[in-house]
Amino acid sequence: MSIQHDESPKLMKGNEALAEAAIRANMQAYFGYPITPQSEILEYLTEQVPKRSKAVVLQAESEVASINMIYGAGGAGARVMTSSSSPGFSLMQEGISYIAAAEIPCLLVNVQRGGPGLGTIQPAQGDYFQATKGGGHGDYHIIVLAPNSVQEMADFVFEGFRLAEEYRMPALILADGAIGQMMEKVYLPKEGSLPFTQHDWATTGKPKSRERNFITSLHMEPDKMESVNLHLQDKYRKLRKEERYELFKVKDADIILVAFGLTARVCTKVMDLANEKGLRVGVVRPITLYPFPSDIIASLATPNRVFLTVEMNSGQMVEDVRLAVNGKSPVYFRGRMGGMIPTPEDILLEVEALAEKHNLIQV
Amino acid sequence: METKIDSMELVYAKPETLTDTPMHYCPGCGHGVAHKILMEVIDEMGITENTIGVAPVGCSVFAYMYMNVDMQEAAHGRASAAATGIKRVLPDKFVFSYQGDGDLAAIGTAETIHTVNRGENILMVFINNGIYGMTGGQMAPTSLAGMKTSTSPYGRDCATMGTPIKMTELIANLPGAYYVTRQSVHTPAAVRKLKKAIKASFEAQKQKKGTCFIEIVSNCPSGWKMTPLESNDWMEKNMFPYYTPGDIKVPQEMK
Repeated sequence: MSIQHDESPKLMKGNEALAEAAIRANMQAYFGYPITPQSEILEYLTEQVPKRSKAVVLQAESEVASINMIYGAGGAGARVMTSSSSPGFSLMQEGISYIAAAEIPCLLVNVQRGGPGLGTIQPAQGDYFQATKGGGHGDYHIIVLAPNSVQEMADFVFEGFRLAEEYRMPALILADGAIGQMMEKVYLPKEGSLPFTQHDWATTGKPKSRERNFITSLHMEPDKMESVNLHLQDKYRKLRKEERYELFKVKDADIILVAFGLTARVCTKVMDLANEKGLRVGVVRPITLYPFPSDIIASLATPNRVFLTVEMNSGQMVEDVRLAVNGKSPVYFRGRMGGMIPTPEDILLEVEALAEKHNLIQV
Repeated sequence: METKIDSMELVYAKPETLTDTPMHYCPGCGHGVAHKILMEVIDEMGITENTIGVAPVGCSVFAYMYMNVDMQEAAHGRASAAATGIKRVLPDKFVFSYQGDGDLAAIGTAETIHTVNRGENILMVFINNGIYGMTGGQMAPTSLAGMKTSTSPYGRDCATMGTPIKMTELIANLPGAYYVTRQSVHTPAAVRKLKKAIKASFEAQKQKKGTCFIEIVSNCPSGWKMTPLESNDWMEKNMFPYYTPGDIKVPQEMK
């Protein structure tokens, strides 16, 4: 799908661009609960939608209620979205497990903040494991898109809805407080450019012409429950063709930085600084965190290369990088936590130390 | 001898809105009757094609196997939130939730109160048998004072376990609640009253009046460890004095 955009840009906050894109994607219902740093999404929608569309926008009594309203409305065949930030998103995990099991398409947004616990309202990437490894109970995955700009906050709404509906599963935009709050130039996707098809499995009322539809995640017989699981796993295998990533100067790189979202922006700056110093540094930016772009990372792993994964957490995606590299290259990690953002200068020092350690200084 | 079947008068038929799937409910349990009455009203009102139901977690978790309308099976306590989602995107359809006491009055308390407080145009059917039947007879929020269950083996001590909650009276106080009533299914007369209440609720839903809420005080022969007859007797003697059947909130225009 190629998204059509406005010809002229707007200056917008990440959260607002995402909300505007949701309206333009003909979202039919949004259910949410306020939490910093993503409340602008609910605020923008409650202000704009009544003036412009017939979509439902409802402030629920909790994130638990929100996600179950998503279950109901999504199960009734509507294009639905909810958003939250880390503590609130934790509350939704039970519901997401049910939604994944019942194969209801929906778009989820987590504008991450630092944790654990109530944590901080500052940006973090500590929910990588929760997002990519299932998050709730049972064997399931959801599609995870990691935007690194306000432009992608808008674009991934369209991408997320499309993927969710094509694969009948939840798609998550995993952003962070900085991407949500910062203002940038954005070319908004054009209204109505995302097609919508009615779902024949939805609970819309049973005409005489068909059997009743029911949405459930309950299968008491073990063989039936296993077959549902096998079906889900098969779907996740098919999903791998949607892997997306961005590469910067990796071909000749001695040191490859791997980073997603905000830290990927830091890392491209590090790359430029390192290149100026004569170090051959490249960047891999996974855009889909699930499915994780393992193949491209595996293909780059050679004994004379070094990987450095940079995240705003204690080292989560680095585990997937190590699995992909599979021992063929050394893999290092550098991270900040608690709402701290690593600076390019910090990472550059790390890069220089690795270059020296592995004798990669170019004369 | 020749039998003239065509001259027989049809006096009873199973509503088409019930599937042929054998129900898993214990002998004597009120769920089967409650299901049947609910479906019978939908059948008689001719709204089968426009009705979506939500089943809970609990004994009636399989309601969607028996009710021949489009259904969703919700997470524990969240049936009214799921029903809200359905109703909001399909405002002209009839939506009902069917929930037990553990689902609606314990784990789903917040959803119950806020669904009614928003006056969602749905029917909430609340089966109150004072026990967690599906999990094997544990104490429910509505278990009576002194009632012995598998998790209150010495009887419910209200000083430490709280008093049995009257959820129906509680939500009747909310402006969003349009019609609130408490019924039962243990006698033909009770069944007829329940049927009237369900019909009135769907009529109100058609007119977008707000939430209709029907509590059905019911029995649990297995959980109470009684025969079906003993359980109905016990229900009348012990449950009814505390959860007294009758209307709790009836709008003037419905009187």
